[in-house]
Amino acid sequence: MQSLYDNLKSLFALDGFEGQRPDLAFVNVSREQLRPLLLHLRDQEGFTHLVLLTAVDWIEDEQFQLTYLLHDRVNARDVGVRLMLPRENASMDSVHDLWPTAATYQRELREMFGIDFPGSPRVDEDFILEGWTDLPPYRRDFDTLEYAQDTYKDRPGRETRDPALHMKEKLYPDGGDNG
Amino acid sequence: MKDEFEKRLENQPDERPKRQALRDIPIREELSPRTVRTPDGQEIKIDPLQDYFCQAGPTVQTPAYTKIIEDLFNWARAESLWILGFGTGCGAIEMRPLMTPRFDAYRYGIQWRPTPRQANLLVISGYLSVKTLKRAIRAYEQMQNPKYVVGLGSCTINGGMYWDSYNTIKCLDEYMPVDLYITGCMPRPEALLQGFDDLKKLIRAGKGEGANKYAENFEWYKANQKRVIKDWDMPDYNW
Amino acid sequence: MAFEWIMIPYSMLTLFIVINYGLLLTALMQKIGARVGRRHGIPIWQNYLDLIKNFGLRTSITHGTMFYLGPVFRLTGGIGLLLFVPTIYGSEMFSNLSFAGDLILALYFVFFGTLGMALGAAESGHPHSAIGISRGLSQVTSAELPFALAVFAVALQYQTLSVTEIVAAQQGGIENWTLFTNPFAVAAAMLSFLGSMMRPPFDVVLAPQEIPIGPPTEYHSSYLALMQTNRVIFPIAKIVVYMNLFFGGAASWPVFFLKVFLIYLFSVFVGVVFPRFRVEQSVRWFLVWAVPLGVIAIVMV
Repeated sequence: MQSLYDNLKSLFALDGFEGQRPDLAFVNVSREQLRPLLLHLRDQEGFTHLVLLTAVDWIEDEQFQLTYLLHDRVNARDVGVRLMLPRENASMDSVHDLWPTAATYQRELREMFGIDFPGSPRVDEDFILEGWTDLPPYRRDFDTLEYAQDTYKDRPGRETRDPALHMKEKLYPDGGDNG
Repeated sequence: MKDEFEKRLENQPDERPKRQALRDIPIREELSPRTVRTPDGQEIKIDPLQDYFCQAGPTVQTPAYTKIIEDLFNWARAESLWILGFGTGCGAIEMRPLMTPRFDAYRYGIQWRPTPRQANLLVISGYLSVKTLKRAIRAYEQMQNPKYVVGLGSCTINGGMYWDSYNTIKCLDEYMPVDLYITGCMPRPEALLQGFDDLKKLIRAGKGEGANKYAENFEWYKANQKRVIKDWDMPDYNW
Repeated sequence: MAFEWIMIPYSMLTLFIVINYGLLLTALMQKIGARVGRRHGIPIWQNYLDLIKNFGLRTSITHGTMFYLGPVFRLTGGIGLLLFVPTIYGSEMFSNLSFAGDLILALYFVFFGTLGMALGAAESGHPHSAIGISRGLSQVTSAELPFALAVFAVALQYQTLSVTEIVAAQQGGIENWTLFTNPFAVAAAMLSFLGSMMRPPFDVVLAPQEIPIGPPTEYHSSYLALMQTNRVIFPIAKIVVYMNLFFGGAASWPVFFLKVFLIYLFSVFVGVVFPRFRVEQSVRWFLVWAVPLGVIAIVMV
């Protein structure tokens, strides 16, 4: 991975590089550098396979972190390209012309996180959830338990058999030291 | 001693405030009322959901005239259970072994039919997401009276392991009348066969009147269904 | 044939015997197929239960007049085929309404049911029905061709169009059967028999896993009860025609039961071990293998 780092450092302004394993490394870039970096990795370095495009919700920093995971089949190594987006009105340029499969991942991110990818084919269509009228569910400010309790009626009489709770009540009936 | 279902019916329909909808769902273009131009040049107004579907609701069908004939019919219905081949969830994988030589449900008169018109038993096999609930309701309403519903697994009873999920319903009773629940996560094929045997006893005792219960409490069921299915683009009763 | 009113109850008696035999025989054939798959299969009286259940459904949906008439046409085809062909040769009671020239009528009734089904299922408007009908009509048409050729060959051979006389010419020993006097006609007809029984390899019309059940998709309750009744009568009626034309007819009920069972078993033998043909493959199969045999039969007569 050192050679990869050297190649990239000379061409792009990288915000960070972590070599996690000999065959896995993560690169942090800014938004403007993403497309040239992806093109370079795909065409020159041999990372031809887009494995996945996923997002992480850093709600404390009010940012989304996108990760593009690329795979080099010839040398069996992976590199993950990360970038940060502001959480308000998140949107990003689409890479569906580099890899057509990115269109599906971008649809999923639009529905589940609310990150828009203008220009991606069919990105406005419902992906899995039909008739969803609430917050995008993967965001951390969406409380799924509260939503489930508000929308769906319970059947009364459900009890929990959590072993930890049961043992705690049995062994320390008055609360105990850890209670 | 009223059973829990009747207690719930006594309560008002679900008066909990609905959550604020952050967007509204437009009806599909081909289903919206609009003006079209016919091939011979006229302009007509159409409303597909009203024009192309029958708007009547279901009616309660009385059993046969004499008890002995109804007993004969119930015996035949019990011994000839035709399951709709619609695997709604993970329990479908427990229904497949029933067709194989090891468990062989055919010797009990159970067959799988591919179309809801010919089936009289709908097996809700496992968790029911809202998307599948819409299709299951559509399939259930296309079946003919008398029809039965069996809920497989704990997700149909109280939500099971998806009790805090934003997308699965927690109590199948609210949306369609259920005759029998088979517990398990998933119940094994032997448990399914035992469950079908219990269902046969129920039907033969004359208790398999789920379709009439649906027709009597139609507004209540429909209100529950429309509360969770927010993009309702079907007629109210899918004949 | 002189018409006498006593023929009607006798025909009803024949129909009653054939319906019961058909309900039991169809279940038995399904059990045999299940045994090949090492299962027990349905109980032998299951068809009765299915009929009672379908009849006892309390609601039914209709799509129009033709939808209602579809099963009626189909059942008419089945019963007509049975009643215009002598069932038991030599018996006055069970000769039904056969007359000179009933061979052509039999050919007509064999195809009549499928046409009625096509009209009825087309009105149901279900797209799967439409696919099933187009497949069904093309397959049945190409399967009828060798049968028609074989029938003409037999009619030319025996110089008659009356089934009773054809049966009479085959009496007197097994070597008089058409099976041995005109083997090419029988071969063509038996190949066509496989096609019109709608069992594998020719069951793409009612392919339950491909298109949900094909033409009967929208049929239910009483309509389905009518069609299921036809499904037990029509094969037996067709086998009666085959038996009379090619296998010497039956002079008594036990011989009738045995011969019908064996001829039906021929299609089950082939059916349990073969997968399904596509429609164009089956049409090509009939044109390549069965029709030349029929042509040879006519030429050689």
